Amino acid sequence: MINKKKLSFDTKFELMRFTVAILIAIGLSFVTILIVSHEPLLALRKLFLGPVESFRRFGNVVELAITLSFAGLAVAIMFSANQFNMGAEGAFFASAGVAAMFSLALPLPPVLAPLFAIIVGGITGAIICVIPAWIKMKWGASELVSSLMLNYVFYYLTKYFAFTKFKDPNCGFVGTFKIPEAAKLAKIVPHTRIHAGLIILVFVVIATIFFMKKTRWGYNLIQTGQNPHFAKYVGINTGIVIAYSQIVGGFVAGMGGAVEVLGMYNRFQWKELPGYGFDGIVVAIMAKNKPQYVPLAAFFLAYLRIGADKMATATDVTSEMISIIQGVIIMLVAAQAFLSHRRQKMLVKEVSKNV
Amino acid sequence: MDEILRLENITKIYPNGVTANKDANLSVRKGEIHALVGENGAGKSTLMKIIFGMEQPTEGNIIYNGKQTQIKSPLDAIACGIGMVHQHFMLVESMTVAENIVLGAEPGKGPIPNNRAMIEQTKEIIEKYNFVINPKEKISDLPIGTRQKVEILKALYKGAQVLILDEPTAVLTPQETTELFRELRGLRDMGHTIIFISHKLNEIKEICDRITIMRNGTTVGVHDVGSVSQQEISNLMVGKDIDWNIEKNPPKRGEVILDVKNVSVLDEAQRSILKEVSFSLHAGTILGIVGVEGNGQSELVEAITGLHKADAGSIKFHGNDIADSSIKQIREMGLAHIPQDRMLRGAVVNGSIEDNMIATFIDKEEFSSGPVLKTKKIRSWSEKLIKDFMVKTDGPEVPVKMLSGGNIQKVIVAREFSSNADCIIADQPTRGIDVGAAKFIHRKLIEMRDNGVAIMLISADLSEIMDVSDSLLVMYGGRFVAYFPDASKVSEEELGQYMLGVKQQTSEEVKGCIA
Repeated sequence: MINKKKLSFDTKFELMRFTVAILIAIGLSFVTILIVSHEPLLALRKLFLGPVESFRRFGNVVELAITLSFAGLAVAIMFSANQFNMGAEGAFFASAGVAAMFSLALPLPPVLAPLFAIIVGGITGAIICVIPAWIKMKWGASELVSSLMLNYVFYYLTKYFAFTKFKDPNCGFVGTFKIPEAAKLAKIVPHTRIHAGLIILVFVVIATIFFMKKTRWGYNLIQTGQNPHFAKYVGINTGIVIAYSQIVGGFVAGMGGAVEVLGMYNRFQWKELPGYGFDGIVVAIMAKNKPQYVPLAAFFLAYLRIGADKMATATDVTSEMISIIQGVIIMLVAAQAFLSHRRQKMLVKEVSKNV
Repeated sequence: MDEILRLENITKIYPNGVTANKDANLSVRKGEIHALVGENGAGKSTLMKIIFGMEQPTEGNIIYNGKQTQIKSPLDAIACGIGMVHQHFMLVESMTVAENIVLGAEPGKGPIPNNRAMIEQTKEIIEKYNFVINPKEKISDLPIGTRQKVEILKALYKGAQVLILDEPTAVLTPQETTELFRELRGLRDMGHTIIFISHKLNEIKEICDRITIMRNGTTVGVHDVGSVSQQEISNLMVGKDIDWNIEKNPPKRGEVILDVKNVSVLDEAQRSILKEVSFSLHAGTILGIVGVEGNGQSELVEAITGLHKADAGSIKFHGNDIADSSIKQIREMGLAHIPQDRMLRGAVVNGSIEDNMIATFIDKEEFSSGPVLKTKKIRSWSEKLIKDFMVKTDGPEVPVKMLSGGNIQKVIVAREFSSNADCIIADQPTRGIDVGAAKFIHRKLIEMRDNGVAIMLISADLSEIMDVSDSLLVMYGGRFVAYFPDASKVSEEELGQYMLGVKQQTSEEVKGCIA
């Protein structure tokens, strides 16, 4: 009744569902642009082809995809343990600030300087993300609520230290002193700002896949996330598993923040939460929490974002347009019932073929 | 007699790809008790869900009272006059019998129910069908057998002409079963039609008029109950002859493995559910623990396995007190546990067979070095278990949710039996699985016993517990009320009286179960 074809059937169907979701989203954006814009054709061209019109712009897509990949991986790890921890947002902001401050406070030679700054950023992220899990275990408070609240705590704490102790009085805007050149991540592709963070990301993606699929830790994490009753019954210490899943996820988020500030900025100058942590949720949902799909989802989202920017600068359509596409895709990907009739029909065909 | 309900060529394919029914046909006559039998996974439940509107058929027709009918929801079914009593009761425990019976169709004007009319109408219907229940009692105060009657009355109150009973006797003692049968005959004589789903062929012979047999999702025949023997029915169910007998050598009783002394467990409201229970479990024996569900068996199992620690008393495993041991430590000391709920606790349904089989072995040196898994070893190990335990599947990567209940149970049993444990807690190890798989598990249990493993078997299935166990303990109200050193010397009726709390041994007799 069930054979190997069934397995690939699920993957095939998910792929089809995702494609249809994208097509519907793009179709809707077509319609919206046609309605609001005086130059719809130009707007559409900029939106969908803008990112590949020049090498530099394509570089922008990759730069953003690096950041979104870190955030997506972090969220995917935390969500795999069935913990809806929103701490990646605060972790991203705080560890970017901490990494900048660390490299200012402790000047180190090249290579070592960014390495340590990224590790310190990772530790910052790990601490921020494990607190909601700890509060939940201790007092049963929802990690969703506490992590959202804590984001603001760390946002203001980081701003306080960065913009009082490390504020550059000679800078025209609010920011820290310039990050030492030795601590910055080198640019690796000429004519773009693509930096060594890409290489770090490749390692982190491989390490995450290995961690989730090939280690006891990842195995225990997945079982705990899928069925905590089962995990407890087979002897897994679910408390510890939940704690380390948030530590690992938070560490990746923290690395992402540090890589972002060392690779893309001269100084730490964020005034608002950057939203990357929440983008990470979008990426993780699109990738279905699978680390191997995270870079693809991140690239897709980055492409749309850059396209929207180009569209906004070149035409009368604002870049918020992209939120429509993003929203529709997420809704359709997350909605179990979407295309379930179609699935049933495909399934009946598949099953009767095999009988 | 007239036909009241006919199903024609029903096919049902679930979203997970499982074909539950394939060209199933059923014809039920007005005023008969019609048995529906088949192994678990044969498609009985799905067929009943289709009749009751809980599932929609992928193909096929339903003809009710001679008219083609679409039943889109249980509300449609009730409106047609079809009622269903589920295996797990759907009652609001904090409400009274009357409130439950009229729920959804309360007498009275507007939003305010008329309490007096409610009680009156409930009384009327109780008298009409010759039941014995007090309409003002709360459900939570009623025994299981009476709750089931409330379920039946609930359906009758809504005007059910056809009643579907899904394994109604599974939770009843023999005495309660007899009473249920008397009432069912009464209903039939008043012109109601009953579809009776059961595994117990002797009960079907006793009460049913005709029988439809299902196998592999389709119906394989309709017979007058009087014209087929139990052996013939079971052969039709499985499609081959099965050997019903379990061969057993006398037990070789060894040392005490598990020593439970004065163990008590309180529930959340601080009421005691388990009251100072003591017994010892010896190597090489199977100790059966029998009782109506909810008399403390689950709490006892959870206390021993470490899932929920006892509030008082001591549990010694291999002579060591395990009060402070973690579940993992207890498992490492040599305890294995088949949990009663395979979907909730026993398995990760979204995980692969391999993920499920390896769960308790993952930390062993054989399967991981440091944190890194030895994937090749794990693969060959799970392939071996699939073969040894005859799990029907295409390979270890298939998700467990694609398997039938019996095969999921085999995956769990494979994991627990292969862990080199010397003590196994088997909690309802064959509940709701097909006869073939159940016999397989019984044989494995006896094989383990013969190899010197101590086994505690908890079951609500009397024939299972009497066939497999060496000695028996009966639980009632959180205590042991009877001990039988030789399980083969007890009758079902006798057990039933102890299970219901009608009879009780002296505490001296019960103490026979301690070392």
